[in-house]
Amino acid sequence: MSGRSSGPETPDKQPVVHETTQDPVNAPERTEDQKVSPTHAQESGGGSVPAERRAEDREPVQVARKKGMFGGSLGNDTSGYGGLDVPVLMPGAAQRPYGSYFDEVVDALEAAAPEAFAAGLERVVVDRGELTLHVHRDHLQALVRPLRDDPRLRFEVCTGVSGVHWPQQTGAELHAVYHFQSITHGVRRVRLEVTCPDDDPRIPSIVATYPTNDWHERETWDMFGIVFEGHPGLTRILMPDDWPGHPQRKDYPLGGIPVEYKGATIPAPDQRRSYT
Amino acid sequence: MATTNSTDEQVAGSPADEGAAYLESTPTDLYAEGGPTSDPDGDAVFTAAGGDWDDIARDVAALGAERIVVNMGPQHPSTHGVLRLILELDGETVQEARAGIGYLHTGIEKNMEVRTWTQGTTFCTRMDYLTPIFNEAAYCLAVEKLLGITDQIPQRANDIRVLMMELNRIGSHLIAVATGGMELGATTVMTIGFRERERLLRFFEAVSGLRMNHAYVRPGGVAQDVLPEHLDQFEEEIPLLRRGIGELEKLLLESPVLKGRLVDVGYLSLASCMALGITGPILRSTGLPHDLRKDEPYCGYETYDFEVVTRRDMDAYSRLCIRLEEMWQSLHIAEQAIARLRASEGEPVMVADKKIAWPAQLSVGADGQGNSLDHIREIMGESMEALIHHFKLVTEGFRVPPGQAYAAVESPKGELGVHAVSDGGTRPYRVHFRDPSFTNLQAASALSEGGLVADVIVAVASIDPVMGGVDR
Repeated sequence: MSGRSSGPETPDKQPVVHETTQDPVNAPERTEDQKVSPTHAQESGGGSVPAERRAEDREPVQVARKKGMFGGSLGNDTSGYGGLDVPVLMPGAAQRPYGSYFDEVVDALEAAAPEAFAAGLERVVVDRGELTLHVHRDHLQALVRPLRDDPRLRFEVCTGVSGVHWPQQTGAELHAVYHFQSITHGVRRVRLEVTCPDDDPRIPSIVATYPTNDWHERETWDMFGIVFEGHPGLTRILMPDDWPGHPQRKDYPLGGIPVEYKGATIPAPDQRRSYT
Repeated sequence: MATTNSTDEQVAGSPADEGAAYLESTPTDLYAEGGPTSDPDGDAVFTAAGGDWDDIARDVAALGAERIVVNMGPQHPSTHGVLRLILELDGETVQEARAGIGYLHTGIEKNMEVRTWTQGTTFCTRMDYLTPIFNEAAYCLAVEKLLGITDQIPQRANDIRVLMMELNRIGSHLIAVATGGMELGATTVMTIGFRERERLLRFFEAVSGLRMNHAYVRPGGVAQDVLPEHLDQFEEEIPLLRRGIGELEKLLLESPVLKGRLVDVGYLSLASCMALGITGPILRSTGLPHDLRKDEPYCGYETYDFEVVTRRDMDAYSRLCIRLEEMWQSLHIAEQAIARLRASEGEPVMVADKKIAWPAQLSVGADGQGNSLDHIREIMGESMEALIHHFKLVTEGFRVPPGQAYAAVESPKGELGVHAVSDGGTRPYRVHFRDPSFTNLQAASALSEGGLVADVIVAVASIDPVMGGVDR
């Protein structure tokens, strides 16, 4: 499994790549003191709407960096904010008490599968009223079985797996995010997040425990290229069988649109202006 | 063939010749050339690409081979769109059924990633095109959760969402019943269903400007207020709608033909539902009163009076009963919502935060286009800053703090879940829709295997899959 996916070929439509929009020659001089770190700008949503957050809870987890004010790589940023370098900070591990039913769920999971819990649980995140357990892929199967069967947990329904691709998170580029629901305990929900590196995109299948994930895992394989080991028939489900590449990955080439004006090309959507 | 030949003579020399020749060449000639071919295992393989079914059946019978694989779809009137079912038949009995999907994949989740959060509603409304309001509402609930503004949504906006969702539920169930009846050959059921749905679509059109694909529910509220005249218009229709649903009930529920086709067909137990992640009417047909409107209320559903409809027979007939009964419940909720909207006239329908809220209280101009004249006066004539803010909000969009959220609503088909991930930008980093049709369709095999081939139609109709939602 190679890291890059290959999609439909779009020769001669590559946009100009600029490593940076900074101009080191003409840039005004700055002393160390004058350099402002934008690191914490985002914790308040970059001056936008703050989410519910308990600041004492977390050391945020950086999953990516965004450069420049307007994203893209066309080098057409004349705003002066081209040097902006902002980390993408996801909510970090929570401290006890987690609140709501979350402590109960985490304790019950620990009691039901102590070894897998100790070895496999990487961190517990409580954010926006939702419980997320980051789990190592090796221990996923050992943890979801008690999640379904233990009477204190009884998350009978898995509402599928969704992939997320963070190409900059080296060693954990691909995320598989599972959502579980317990009807017995009056619609409790828990989310399990499992990562795998792009070089070795394997995550054990949980179809044996949650048969409903059959199609969901096929979809995530189709769209992200995560191989769910042990799946009874991991084939493409939405794209044609012979389709190259996995379309929902962030590195999937989208292709631009040639326009009839002096060989110009409308850049691919992911190459166009976006806002950091 | 005799008929074909006589037609042939009449139109000899015309371009229709080719068609006639084609008709003549199938299917007998195909078989005359090659006959049944052999696959590597030595079994005879018949390729049924058109032609008279009796001919194929006769050939098969002559060879004593009884197991045949029938490719039903993707173009088939009884498969609710481009669903492909691959059936392995032993005589009339389905030995194995597999569903092939993906024929309506439109990359909506991917497309949303390069548009702003607000524009996302325009995409996701097109997924399950019979439940557009639910798609939008689920998506907006997820975005609002990410923004942390769930509590700030105005009461009136929530009441409008409830009203629109419940009317949409009636519309979706009407289609489910209507197409289900049509697939059994009862076209009157179909015409009544579509006729009644038209009343709802007229209301949707009056409110949102569009009959389907509304993009009406927006992050922060709704795109446009519901005006009293819309409510008047719809309230006039309610007695007619009641009569129409009653007509459907009278036509269907005690019909011996329908009961003969639906009772005990498409059986799925509670344990199977849990294992397969089935929600919605199929789950409630096992007697479990699971409904997110009650169990995990959103948009203020906890303040409405309604019952969760269940049946215990776990078959296609109970699902039909549930859908019909749910329409009455939805109507009951809708009437409560209408009463609240009458009381809260003039209150805001969009969150107060100007960094998120698009202008929402529009007035309809002479040209039928909606516009907020006050807003235009402000941005064009009074405040340069307001113009800049408006421009930034509409072109650039609002930023959503990094994180992920899962929001779910009880769509007519089951749990419609949205997993939204933000990287702090003005566009969704990733939005995944857990569409109930997608998950429920996995039960097609369990519902139809071991039954007759005719029951496959009934079983699939009782799932009520919409391929726009399955494939997204």
